[in-house]
Amino acid sequence: MLEIKEITRNFDSFTALDKVSLSIEAGEFFTLLGPSGCGKTTLLRLIAGFDQPDGGDILLDGKSIIATPPERRPLHTIFQNYALFPHMTVADNIAFPLRMVGCKPDEIDQRVAEALEDVSLPDKGKHYPEALSGGQKQRIAIARALVNRPRLLLLDEPLSALDAKLREQMQLELIKLQQEIGITFIYVTHDQGEALALSHRIAVMNHGTIAQIDEPSRLYSYPNSRFVADFIGQCNLLAGTVEQIQNDRVRVELKGLGPVQTVIPPNATIEAGMACTLTLRPEKIRISSTLTQDEGEVHLKGVVHDMLYLGDVTVYKVELANGMLVEALLANSSAGRARFFEVGDQVEVAWGFEAGHLVMD
Amino acid sequence: MQTKHWQQRLLTLPPMSYLLIFFAVPTVIMLFASFRYAGEYGGLAPWYSYEEGKLAFDLTLENWQRLFETDIYLRLFAKSIGYAVLTTLLCILLGYPLALMIARSPRKHRDLLLLLVILPFWSNFLVRIYAWMIIFSPSGALTHMINSLLDIFGLAPISLMYSPTAVIVCLVYVHLPFMVLPLYANLEKHDPALLDAAQDLGATRWRRFWKITWPISLPGVYAGSILVFIPVLGMFAIPDLLGGTDGIMIANVIKQQFVESRDWPFGSVLSMVLTVAAVLAVLLGAKFGQQAGQTR
Repeated sequence: MLEIKEITRNFDSFTALDKVSLSIEAGEFFTLLGPSGCGKTTLLRLIAGFDQPDGGDILLDGKSIIATPPERRPLHTIFQNYALFPHMTVADNIAFPLRMVGCKPDEIDQRVAEALEDVSLPDKGKHYPEALSGGQKQRIAIARALVNRPRLLLLDEPLSALDAKLREQMQLELIKLQQEIGITFIYVTHDQGEALALSHRIAVMNHGTIAQIDEPSRLYSYPNSRFVADFIGQCNLLAGTVEQIQNDRVRVELKGLGPVQTVIPPNATIEAGMACTLTLRPEKIRISSTLTQDEGEVHLKGVVHDMLYLGDVTVYKVELANGMLVEALLANSSAGRARFFEVGDQVEVAWGFEAGHLVMD
Repeated sequence: MQTKHWQQRLLTLPPMSYLLIFFAVPTVIMLFASFRYAGEYGGLAPWYSYEEGKLAFDLTLENWQRLFETDIYLRLFAKSIGYAVLTTLLCILLGYPLALMIARSPRKHRDLLLLLVILPFWSNFLVRIYAWMIIFSPSGALTHMINSLLDIFGLAPISLMYSPTAVIVCLVYVHLPFMVLPLYANLEKHDPALLDAAQDLGATRWRRFWKITWPISLPGVYAGSILVFIPVLGMFAIPDLLGGTDGIMIANVIKQQFVESRDWPFGSVLSMVLTVAAVLAVLLGAKFGQQAGQTR
């Protein structure tokens, strides 16, 4: 539906976007995720039309929209601070896009009432935006952007101004809303948790390029680079060299830790002698005080260096033989038991061969 | 609590007493003077006499009746209000684009541009009016140019000096900064995201201005209008020097009453009417400004 072809944008000597290409399906909840300065907001402004690319093309339903000014693109943006018009009532705010296309007053009234109903604020029409709470402003901004049924909705970190509880609630509402109306959403955020929770697909961006595009679960389980592994969720990164490839197994020599076995990552070209990184999610690492010798597992010795009690889980940082710290998560499943180990305890760190995911450097 | 209250009062004491002594008291004196008789050689006649053990007040409504005897004074008031309205409108027309341009220029240039707006204040008001007298003078380059142009089309030459046009041009020139500064202060605070949002929602450049920028800037427009309208209404120096007989305003007549005709009571009557007109204008402007501010 929306196709971005080799879009490049330079600001003076800084390249904000470098030949970025991606294609978004109709009805998709697509997220642009990345650290600040990765080019995600620049890309959003290019799609909205507030900025012009230095190269490349943007196609909507197969037609280039590069030359179309923002006011005539069939898409709307939700801005970070909502950008509600302070001198207009909520109803006038929502009616704004309808008035711009010359709707009849009766139709405007009816559609504004429906839009207010859709965001569960039916009696706020006569209020001014300053009288609304953050979450209500957010909903009105969404109602205003959706009232004339755009083909595409662009959301620029719309939840960043809300507190944690409200943000979670709004996330659920956004998912529900997107499913109900079926309009394509392009969502920009630097919050990987938000991206994982909301999206059908995520494009992870870094330094003006796309690092990886995938579904949230695949992105989390099979990152294609150290950067993606590190950026999405918590991750232990163990550097090493590929030693030997056997069937579906790889033997990797980890720096200062010796050889370990792991599975061959999907879609990877892999050869003996290549530098690589074994990525391990903290929740996939087991730590215990007794030595076990299960087949199909990697076993390493370590010392508890640090721990972080988070209520539902405790994060243990274990120092390995090479001085590296690995993180492991232990769920605090029984009441009253906050810790299994103390700082300084000798422990064994273990993970299954299939728990780690190998990325080439 | 108590001490804070007292500190506040102490701090407002100097400005309050200043206003009381130099504004409120003189206004009351003027109001009183408007009901007295003029003295024989100017000034005021005594307002009571004591004859044969009887006290008599020498107060009169004559001065106020004189205001309505002919329509000359009321017409002069109307004309002055007309000049003030026209000057205000021209200041909005010229000042708004200027303020908008400054507010939207890069931050590093804004201070310099604002400095240029207030630069005329560095030379004396009268000096600047004399400069306009030179520009408008019959032998000046401007008049020459216009008249030779008119000559080509076979039209009679005109005189720029001593005309209502000269007065209005100079009034606008002098008061323009008073319009630009409050407008700039307002426009500079506008959130640029609002214009992006309006454009995103389908508003063309023209509609973005009239639906977003203009309504949000109204408090600035009213503030600037008050700052221009009030001093213009009471202006006498500019019409005195540039206006000739056609271009005089009500303040010139007031000055005449006090200085030349030596009729203080009638001068007081005219002053009171002018004061009331100015107060009404402020109240009106404040009311609109507040309304516009509330709908923000």
